[in-house]
Amino acid sequence: MYNSLTEKDIQALKNIAGDANVLTGDEINPDFSHDELGGVSKMPDALVSVRTTEEISAIMKLAWERCIPVTVRGSGTGLVGSAVPVCGGILLETTKMNKILELDRDNLTVTVEPGVLLMELAAFAEENDFLYPPDPGEKSATIGGNISTNAGGMRAVKYGVTRDYVRALTVVMPNGEILKLGGKVAKNSSGYSLKDLVIGSEGTLCIITEAVLKLLPLPKVSVSLLVPFPDMKSAIEAVPRIFGSKITPTAIEYMSRDTILFAEDYLGKKFPDTKNDAYILLTFDGNTEYQVEEDMKAVADLCLSIGAIDAYIVDTEERKKSVWSARGAFLEAIKASTTEMDECDVVVPVNRVDEFIKFTHSLAKEMNVRIPSFGHAGDGNLHVYICRDTLSDADWENTLTICFDRMYKKADEFGGLVSGEHGIGFAKKEYLKKQYGDTPIRLMQGIKKVFDEKNILNPGKICF
Amino acid sequence: MKILVCIKQVPGSSNVEVDPVTGVLKRDGISSKLNPYDLYSLELALSLAEKYGGEVETITMGPPQAKSIIDEAVCMGAKGGTVLSDRKFAGADVLATAYTISQGIKKCGEFDLIICGKQTTDGDTAQVGAEVSEFLNIPNVSNVLSVDAIEDKKLFVTASLDEKIVKMSINLPCLISAEGDINTPRLPSYKVKQTLTGDTARFFSFADFDDQNPDNYGLSGSATQVERIFPPEKNSEKAVIDGDAEEQSEALFELIRSKKLI
Repeated sequence: MYNSLTEKDIQALKNIAGDANVLTGDEINPDFSHDELGGVSKMPDALVSVRTTEEISAIMKLAWERCIPVTVRGSGTGLVGSAVPVCGGILLETTKMNKILELDRDNLTVTVEPGVLLMELAAFAEENDFLYPPDPGEKSATIGGNISTNAGGMRAVKYGVTRDYVRALTVVMPNGEILKLGGKVAKNSSGYSLKDLVIGSEGTLCIITEAVLKLLPLPKVSVSLLVPFPDMKSAIEAVPRIFGSKITPTAIEYMSRDTILFAEDYLGKKFPDTKNDAYILLTFDGNTEYQVEEDMKAVADLCLSIGAIDAYIVDTEERKKSVWSARGAFLEAIKASTTEMDECDVVVPVNRVDEFIKFTHSLAKEMNVRIPSFGHAGDGNLHVYICRDTLSDADWENTLTICFDRMYKKADEFGGLVSGEHGIGFAKKEYLKKQYGDTPIRLMQGIKKVFDEKNILNPGKICF
Repeated sequence: MKILVCIKQVPGSSNVEVDPVTGVLKRDGISSKLNPYDLYSLELALSLAEKYGGEVETITMGPPQAKSIIDEAVCMGAKGGTVLSDRKFAGADVLATAYTISQGIKKCGEFDLIICGKQTTDGDTAQVGAEVSEFLNIPNVSNVLSVDAIEDKKLFVTASLDEKIVKMSINLPCLISAEGDINTPRLPSYKVKQTLTGDTARFFSFADFDDQNPDNYGLSGSATQVERIFPPEKNSEKAVIDGDAEEQSEALFELIRSKKLI
């Protein structure tokens, strides 16, 4: 149904993007065939490094006319194969579109190209005394990728997710038409929110080429607490109690001793405390030391009253670095601890987190496989990793299928959803179908068709 | 074993502004913290005390509010500490600071081991530790990466000597200065903080010292005088160079050459 790229098409791409920015065949680094987790891989027929909205528009006009599949890729840090060109064709690489275009201090917005890295945006905002609140663990992801998966991150407990900070998008439609969605406005009741449909659509509806993002004034004080508990059960059970105290920390992460030890090995750097089996890591922010200290004290007292062994104060840049750098390395650390792994990014109601983690522990025992996890205890989004270790190909496939089936079923029972922030992409679409059933999937397919009648943009993902 | 750790309260941020006219650091509204380098020496001391038995005390010189870092060290596991505080100590350079601290240490009693941080983040001289050991007339090793053993009243250490790593033994009592980043300092305990009763620190002033000659302390005891402090010139001009690696390196080279830097 798709056409293959001809010599003429490749010349046309070179005329649009410049000879040096179009690679084909062996010129393409194999890394472009997969994402961070590598479960699915396929080489593109052409890799085009794009620089402007107009270039992308011209490429899409060509692809639309010739019916050639196009997949967009940022840093390639995805975990579900969203940026893998499973049907071949053109891979558009946006990392050169990495300029921060405008800081609007009156409207509290920053306008960026999609290839700006999250860490670059976060640093830019801080330098200017602003906060860009979404804080996914993978800081080298692009903003385009973050918007495409509606990435959440650690501060979601207090500040919400990427969607809450996207004011406007410039997009290129599959037929090459350029659209502006949303605006520098705080309210918008103007018809269906197309901007919000695009957020989280994983590059299947249109291509984001510019984003206007909302900023907040930078909180002046931020302190973290590392709270050790004798076991994971008591650690996780503390979380709903903290919410019950009506204090909203910026972040509540849980971590087990095992995961911390992997991070120590991976980073070659000791964590400040590994004497206990389970920890929760909380952050509090605000504009006065008094307010932040009071919140911190109230939560520390509460944790101590319900079984915490202590509450360690993480109050300086050096201390924050020693704790949060380990937290930021958990994914890579677990990956380095095994031969292969696959992940489950379910989100469950906060008060079911404990039960879900206990379920993964019993599943690990029953299946005789390692299933380490860490994640956002404060928003119910868990990152659960099934480790292959020494399993044979057949045993690995079998174990994965059973574990995933049972975990997604359990999440569904608890009122949870397939993905909290990593997306559906290629890897999780069967589980999405299983959970949602016919009508929601049909609606999604209908939306996709309206945007992309020829199904050339990132085909084979989410609902197809 | 009795271990003493020398600690200092420093500005909480590295972005302290300098008054362009007076050259004085604008400390108003700037929070303070325990010198990050001292955290490594504290951790080293606490882990040695755990391994070989004994206790850790701290000592600092500064205004009375410097007591808060003695408390912080207690929250990390130290027993308590001493604040050397007197207006007569103000304006001390490295020499006068080291002399004051050595006088204070003599009043605190006998110690088997004194540990200093590599340097402070506000003064950055990295000289006080070695000078304190001179005044106390005890041996000293700087840039210590690890304490490998304590046997027969000797400390076996690994230390960094620029391009060489040396292993040596040093007789106790002695003073060592720990390198930065040699361990991960433990975090202060909220639980301990709640139990602090205010008697964690004792205060010594000039009147408590054996040497009662005021000319040996503060500004008058300083061999060096600071003429002027000024912030380095800031250049916020930014240039973004586009293009592929070759184009970028070519453009960068031209830019550097045009500025006559090469």
